[in-house]
Amino acid sequence: MKILVPVKRVLDYNVKPRVKSDGTGVDLANVKMSMNPFDEIGVEEAIRLKEKGVATEIVAISVGPAKAQETLRTALAMGADRAILVQTDDDVEPLALAKIFKAIADTEAPGLVILGKQAIDGDNNQTGQMLAALTGWAQGTFASAVNVEGDHVAVTREVDGGLETVKLKLPAIVTTDLRLNEPRYASLPNIMKAKSKPLDTKTPADYGVDTTPRVKTVKVSEPPVRSAGVKVADVDELVAKLKAMGVHS
Amino acid sequence: MKTLVWVEHDGKAVKDATLAVVTAAAKLGEVHLLVAGSGVDAVAKEAAQIAGVGKVHVADNAAFDHNLPENVAPLVAELMGHHDAFLAPATTTGKNIAPRVAALLDVMQISEILSVEGPKTFTRPIYAGNAIATVESSDAKLVLTVRGTAFDKAAMTGGSGTVETVGAGSDAGISSFVGAEIAKSERPELTSAKIIVSGGRALGSSEKYQEVIVPLADKLNAALGASRAAVDAGYVPNDYQVGQTGKIVAPQVYFAIGISGAIQHLAGMKDSKTIVAINKDEDAPIFQVADFGLVADLFNAVPELTGKI
Repeated sequence: MKILVPVKRVLDYNVKPRVKSDGTGVDLANVKMSMNPFDEIGVEEAIRLKEKGVATEIVAISVGPAKAQETLRTALAMGADRAILVQTDDDVEPLALAKIFKAIADTEAPGLVILGKQAIDGDNNQTGQMLAALTGWAQGTFASAVNVEGDHVAVTREVDGGLETVKLKLPAIVTTDLRLNEPRYASLPNIMKAKSKPLDTKTPADYGVDTTPRVKTVKVSEPPVRSAGVKVADVDELVAKLKAMGVHS
Repeated sequence: MKTLVWVEHDGKAVKDATLAVVTAAAKLGEVHLLVAGSGVDAVAKEAAQIAGVGKVHVADNAAFDHNLPENVAPLVAELMGHHDAFLAPATTTGKNIAPRVAALLDVMQISEILSVEGPKTFTRPIYAGNAIATVESSDAKLVLTVRGTAFDKAAMTGGSGTVETVGAGSDAGISSFVGAEIAKSERPELTSAKIIVSGGRALGSSEKYQEVIVPLADKLNAALGASRAAVDAGYVPNDYQVGQTGKIVAPQVYFAIGISGAIQHLAGMKDSKTIVAINKDEDAPIFQVADFGLVADLFNAVPELTGKI
C-alpha cells in the first residue's frame, strides 16, 4: 500500500507571529520556517505503517514556493521514499489544495492519505475533509490511533467528549491530532541520504487546478490585547475578590 | 439570505453549541435548522422552540447517527440547493462535516468565524489567534463554522419553527461507527460552564490533579480543564484540554492553576470574563492576562482557597 503525506512549510511554531504594520498579513520575511507540526505527525505515522509492513511506499507532497523543497527534504530524511513539489508562489487555499491532491491521488492510487488536521498558519482545518469529499473516500479526522486491518482502517478520533472510533473502507483519508505519535528526528546519515531521493517538480497547472483565491483577505490585525490585572497578596484577598464578584460555593 | 444551521445533538436534546450558531446565522438572514439522526423527533421539537428559527428540516435515518460525514455531507449538500449559507459550530463534529460539504459544493469554507461584518465578510483567527483576519468570500454559497464563544447564545424558547421531514438519505457504505469512550460526568460541560478550574504541568501527577484541582471544582460546581502539557503528561484525558488545539472556552471565571500560560493555552481561554492565576513563578506569562494573580505554591494555596471560598 502506498501512502501520500502532504506537508506544508509554515512559520516555525516557536516563533511569535508579528502582524505587518500595513495590515496585509503576518510578517514572514527572515523568520524561521518549518514543517507544519501536524504534518510531521502524519509523516511519522506513515513511516510507522511502513515499518509494520503495512505500507510499501511513502510519497511526500508539498504545494508551495521553491523553498518548500526543504520541507520535502525533511520528510525524506525522516523516511519518506520520494517527493513531489507542486511549485507556486501563490497562497493556495484548502479547496485548491484538495483538488491538487485529488489529481495526484488519481495517478498514484494510494491506500491512505495522511494529512495534518490543520496548518498552524491559516488554522483552516479543511484540506483533508475536502480531499475526502472530492475522492469520495471515507475520512478519519483528528486521529489519535490508526490501525489498518485488511481492507479497512480503524481510526480513533479525538472528539469533544473524549474518543470515538470509526471503521473506514480503504482507500481513506486520515488527519492527525497531536497525540497520534511523537515524530522522530532525522539522523545525520538520513539527512545526507535524503538529498539523493527523487523529488519531482510540478505546477498546479500540470494538474489542471486553478488556484485563484475564492476568499479575499481584506485585512489582518492584532487581536485585542488583554491587560494584566492585579496581584493579590494571599488567599484571603483572593477569596474576598471572588466573593465580591459573587463567586463562592 | 436563507441559512441552514447544523443542529448538534446527542439524540435526545439540542447541544448548547448550536445556539451561538443560530445567533450568527440570524445576522445573515432567515434561519433554518437541520436535525439529522434516527428517532430525533424530540430534538426537532426542541429545536423548533429556539428563538428566531423559521423551519426545522428533519432527516430521520440511522445512517446519520454518529454524524458520519460520508453520509451526512451529501444530505447537507442537497439541502443547500435551496439555501444560501450552511453554518455549523466549530466543534469536532462541525469541523468534520462542514469542509466535506464545502468541497461537494465547490465552495471555500470560512472557518471559526468570530463576527459577521457583512453578507459575505467575516473575521476569523489565524496563527492560533495571534492575528485576526477579515475575509470576504466570493463564492455563490457560504459554508461557515462558528466559534461558540464569539456569539451570544440564542434563547432555547420563544421560537415557533415548523418541522418538515426531508429526503431519506442513504448510507454511503464506506464508514461505520465502532464505539466511543465519552466521559460521563455530572459536571457542566467545559465549553458551556460558567466557571472552569484548569490545572497544568506544575501539578506533577494525575493524583495531585485529583487531590488539588477537583475539590475546588466540586465546591464551585465548575468544569475541569487542563493545559496541553498536563494532558500530554497523562494527568487527565484529552477532552480536558483548553487551548488552540483543544477547546476554546470563555467562562465567567477561569482558574489557571499551575499553568505557565503558553500562547497555545492563552488562545483557548483569553476571552474568559475573569481570569484567576495561581502560580509560584511570578514571571509566568499567565499573569499578563490574569485579572487576579496569586504568586504562591499551589499545593498550599489551592486547598486553602477551597476551604475558604
